[in-house]
Amino acid sequence: MAETAKSSQKHGGGADASRRDFLYLASGAMGAVGVAAVAWPLVDTLNPSADVLALASTEVDLSPIQEGMAITVTWRGKPVFVRHRTEAEIEQARSVEVDDLRDPQADADRVQEAPWLVVIGICTHLGCIPLGNKPSEPRGDWGGWFCPCHGSHYDTAGRIRKGPAPENLPVPQYQFVDDTTIKIG
Amino acid sequence: MSEFKTNSKVVKWIDHRLPIFSFMHEELHAYPAPRNLSYMWNFGSLAGIALVIMIVTGIVLAMQYVAHTAHAFDSIEHIMRNVNYGWLVRYIHMNGASFFFIVVYIHIFRGLYYGSYKSPRELLWILGVVILLLMMATAFMGYTLPWGQMSYWGATVITNLFSAIPVVGDSIVTWLWGGFAVGNPTLKRFFALHYLLPFVIVAVVFLHLWALHRFGSNNPLGIDAKGPQDKIPFHPYYTVKDAFGLGVFLTIFALFVFFAPNYLGHPDNYIPADPLQTPPHIVPEWYFLPFYAILRSIPDKLLGVLAMFGAIAVLAVLPWLDRSPVRSGKFRPIFKQFYVLLLIDVLVLGWVGAKPPEGIYLVLGRVATAYYFLHFLVVLPLLAVFEKPRPLPHSISEPVLKGGGQAAGATAKPMEKA
Amino acid sequence: MKRLFTAATVALLTTFGAGAAQAAEGAAIPDHEFSFEGIFGTFDRAAAQRGLQVYNQVCASCHSLKYVAFRTLGDLGYEPEQVEALAAQYQVTDGPNDQGEMYQREAKASDAFPSPFPNDAAARAANGGALPPDLSVITQARPNGPDYLHALLTGYEEAPADADLPPGQYWNTAFPGHQIAMPPPLSEGIVEYQDGTEATVSQMAHDVTVFLHWAAEPHMEARKRGGIGVVLFLLIFTGMLYAVKRKVWRDLH
Repeated sequence: MAETAKSSQKHGGGADASRRDFLYLASGAMGAVGVAAVAWPLVDTLNPSADVLALASTEVDLSPIQEGMAITVTWRGKPVFVRHRTEAEIEQARSVEVDDLRDPQADADRVQEAPWLVVIGICTHLGCIPLGNKPSEPRGDWGGWFCPCHGSHYDTAGRIRKGPAPENLPVPQYQFVDDTTIKIG
Repeated sequence: MSEFKTNSKVVKWIDHRLPIFSFMHEELHAYPAPRNLSYMWNFGSLAGIALVIMIVTGIVLAMQYVAHTAHAFDSIEHIMRNVNYGWLVRYIHMNGASFFFIVVYIHIFRGLYYGSYKSPRELLWILGVVILLLMMATAFMGYTLPWGQMSYWGATVITNLFSAIPVVGDSIVTWLWGGFAVGNPTLKRFFALHYLLPFVIVAVVFLHLWALHRFGSNNPLGIDAKGPQDKIPFHPYYTVKDAFGLGVFLTIFALFVFFAPNYLGHPDNYIPADPLQTPPHIVPEWYFLPFYAILRSIPDKLLGVLAMFGAIAVLAVLPWLDRSPVRSGKFRPIFKQFYVLLLIDVLVLGWVGAKPPEGIYLVLGRVATAYYFLHFLVVLPLLAVFEKPRPLPHSISEPVLKGGGQAAGATAKPMEKA
Repeated sequence: MKRLFTAATVALLTTFGAGAAQAAEGAAIPDHEFSFEGIFGTFDRAAAQRGLQVYNQVCASCHSLKYVAFRTLGDLGYEPEQVEALAAQYQVTDGPNDQGEMYQREAKASDAFPSPFPNDAAARAANGGALPPDLSVITQARPNGPDYLHALLTGYEEAPADADLPPGQYWNTAFPGHQIAMPPPLSEGIVEYQDGTEATVSQMAHDVTVFLHWAAEPHMEARKRGGIGVVLFLLIFTGMLYAVKRKVWRDLH
């Protein structure tokens, strides 16, 4: 459009030319708005669709999980770890000096009921799934989880203690429906 | 013609090594075009833009679509209901096909009237026919993808055309299907090709433009430019004229997309494909109706198929059928009348194509088919010999500058304002 | 020249469009008035809610609505809790559970309407060989869908004396060929409307048509609203481009 304005100035002159320039600018601006308005719907199609956003919340029955055990459930296509902690593990998680942690968070801020730890099981480094839910798997130096991809160690509150991961395992939104059932999401 | 100039060191550096900026300047900016092009010359660039619209929306749709007989229909409904703006993108793509064809058909009929296929633009014209064929193949395969009733039966009927080929016909059809009926293998290969062919079209469009820029656009008078006074730079004159035409096109297009998105479609395609039940009336999309009418008007299977493909093939050899030295229909009084007849003929063929093949429609279809071929194979060659064209103007700028044919010595009639 | 092309294009669009619409044969369908017609048309929420009641209590026993998710019912003016409650009227199959078995549970807002039959063969078997079509896009899958649907639901009559009606078939003025396998679904008062509207056959036919037309194209209102903005924008923009074109070309003529 600027090109148009330039090349036309040799034809006209004076007040007429400025009116013309205004017209070119206004048309150009409107064209730009139009293109942007068309681009947005195309880009937005790639965002999560309505059915994905409405994906069901997941209910988890806690009763079969023995103390010291953990299970993996799926929520929004992601693994969620639900762990029934032992007294020793709870104590271990609470006794840590919060300020010394890489991502300082008290254990009390990460659980609703002390025995039950619910975290999204995706390593905050590059998205692998840490080991430690099955008895046969390594749980790392702090007895929580160990990510085999790049060696991140998480403690019994799911907090990062060693390795490249920058943050603690995130806690999803969940609530206790009754004593033995939680609803994630 | 102005040379490409720039003050930017970066642009200069690049252009010295890869002269893309001077190329663009020459072909899109300084490119000298006849000064008398009418709005009928808008449809080439419109077709190009329609192609871009189809490719962009198509790629977005392909990211959501599932090419599987069990999921294709569901995935379309998913796009229509759940994907953000999915309904909009799909309606644009659906109606975009129709509007692409409208624009291209007008573009073709403009060429037919002004003799744009004549020397030295024969290859340009043939490349155009190739684009038309590719478009038809792309549109046909695209229509199969929603896997509705018309998708399925359209695919079945059209692929069965090849069974008319003697001896190997049936094997070819089985090969096309990848099975013994239209099915999942067919759908998946159609999807792959529907994605591929538009890019082949883009490539042929570039050849089409290359050939166009060799001798430049034809013009309403059909005479060659005599000198620089007959030409004007493409930019800003035709860029702005094309932009205005695009605005008109988009407005009409938007009316269909937003207020009558299913008007040009067929309700049966909202019924999932059922291989055991054919809809009572199989109708192709409107842009195929004239060809469909030609197919049905001939009672022999093989001949019908040949006639249908022949209707396009005859366009490819048109430069050698119409040997009249005068390009523009403006100066060919008898040609002009036959041209209108051809236009009506094609409309009649389209109308008949939408009707059941019986009674008056069958008769009309046969007459119209006969005229279609007569026009190209008999009328045009004869006109070239017997028609006496009106005298041609001396140059393009002459009638334009004088503003009318009454000017002394002018031999052309005034510029048609219509 | 140009006028000729314009005329030809208009002729092309109208004849072919109309031709396609006429191609499916059937009896003459009387025009019925709906609030969603026209470029400013919107869905009558109250009618659509009543229509949902008709679908739930009448149609749903044979016809699926498998592309419509309960969560979208919010569009019709229901609160989230009402949507949950509407969903909970239906049982859906979920699973497999930890024992590897499929199980039934109440539907949630994120589920789609469950189908009344496990598959098409079961649906045919239960309906004398006729398959009750899915209703999700029914108004788009028939020429003049809403008018047709209303005419069909109100079109049951005594078969004419000379008609040879096989058992299990009913006479319907709107159905192509007039012989339909669906028994008359609506009768006076078969539904008791929550809002107290009198449930006449014509009223129920109207309401369920509104509901099903919404189900077929839930984004219709967004489409028309968007269209008005887009067309206005394009008209102004095109007008400006015309002015630019005139100015650029003025020196040339």
